[in-house]
Amino acid sequence: MSARITAITSGKGGVGKTFIAANLAAQLAARGQRVLVLDADLGLANLDVVLNLSPKVTLHDVFTGTRTLEEALTEVSQGFSVLLAGSGLVEYSRLTPEVRDRLVETLAAMAPRFDHILLDTGAGISDVVLYTVSLAHEVMIVTTPEPTAMTDAYATIKVLASTQQRRSLLLVVNQTLPTVDARQVRGQLQQVIDRFVSPGLDKPVTLDLVGEVPVDAAVRDAVRRRQLVAEAYPGSPAAQALAALAARLTPAGG
Amino acid sequence: MESALALLAQSGQALPAGAPGSEAWLQDLIDGLCQLSSRDALTGLVNRRQFESVLTRELDRVARAGEPALLLMLDIDHFKRVNDSHGHGAGDLVLKAVADALAHCVRPMDTVARIGGEEFAIALPNCPPAFGPMVAERIRARVARTRIAVAPGTTISVTVSLGGAFAPQWVRSNLKLWLERADKQLYRAKSGGRNRAEFEAAAVAQVSAEEKSLLFATPRADEEQQ
Repeated sequence: MSARITAITSGKGGVGKTFIAANLAAQLAARGQRVLVLDADLGLANLDVVLNLSPKVTLHDVFTGTRTLEEALTEVSQGFSVLLAGSGLVEYSRLTPEVRDRLVETLAAMAPRFDHILLDTGAGISDVVLYTVSLAHEVMIVTTPEPTAMTDAYATIKVLASTQQRRSLLLVVNQTLPTVDARQVRGQLQQVIDRFVSPGLDKPVTLDLVGEVPVDAAVRDAVRRRQLVAEAYPGSPAAQALAALAARLTPAGG
Repeated sequence: MESALALLAQSGQALPAGAPGSEAWLQDLIDGLCQLSSRDALTGLVNRRQFESVLTRELDRVARAGEPALLLMLDIDHFKRVNDSHGHGAGDLVLKAVADALAHCVRPMDTVARIGGEEFAIALPNCPPAFGPMVAERIRARVARTRIAVAPGTTISVTVSLGGAFAPQWVRSNLKLWLERADKQLYRAKSGGRNRAEFEAAAVAQVSAEEKSLLFATPRADEEQQ
């Protein structure tokens, strides 16, 4: 068996990609899944910040050949594994053939050892982000109900539909409010996709709403304490929403 | 040395000038052989080997300068039928006529190559995305209207299918990926009915005002119930 690879991407930065990746990983692990989070935000990684880790060996060391992949693979206390990029690897913000090859090799080496690999990509739709996303089986778009976040999510969906022939995308709406719920956000996005993206394609592009995480004071507090929300506040609405997302992504019987 | 000279003479290349054995004469001989090894004997176009080195150079330039470059791959439709019904001599005449038509459709800076039996390719440096389909259509139309005399009193015409892919800007790609991407579009043109061109969809990241206004329109009642 080989891992299911999910790229988590958003278009706009600051919508909670890394937060979702780390918390989803913990929840999947709690369901007995073997999970790896790969920090694919090679330029401005912050998975280490979210998880309160001080990485000793990062992908940078692996890519430059000074350390092995085994040494970089870190198991965290929440029951899953991470590969950290190391912050400030600005030289990787451009997609060179070396970076491509290293990423492919890394995934190929890791895939047999996990059930699920989450690729935490950078913000935007740069070549590195698009390339990373192209390595995944499925794409999870994270947005908030903010107009700017939705616009950037839509731009990302458009690009993925045209350049990667993606026809079905997972959608997670973060920071939902009682007044603007996730179905509304999904409906708005889907409506524009139906009108402007799908016409002329072999198959329409559809968004599958797999999760919604409400605005929750527990999240803000957990992030500040550099803990996962399920550790800090297991009963909070956000923790429950993330557990429900993990349940959606766990194969039946798994 | 004799066989090198014989090769040049046989291919219709000019023989080296100057005193045999002199440095200039040797340089001329080497130039002649290089020329010979980079060309397709039948059509006189650049051959696959030379074409690949042109593309590799182009990939370097695109990665450094960010100028868009287009790779067009094309294939004569139902070429086997020409050979089968008119003979291989006719097939050769068709290949030459198509090569000629291609050479007339492009700029001096473009490189036209024969890369396989009835397969051609063109490298177009500094070609803005909007021009790609225009060039492809010019080629398609010109080939389709070219009458080729294959025997006394017999003229035929052929069509071509084209596939185009731009080199990714600012990114160092590789030859294999670029060729694969263009080939994929050529396949689409073939399976879409031939005598047509297909291009890789360009990434459109801009969101128009129209799209935005729909994105933030008040949701319709039916969407709210989804």
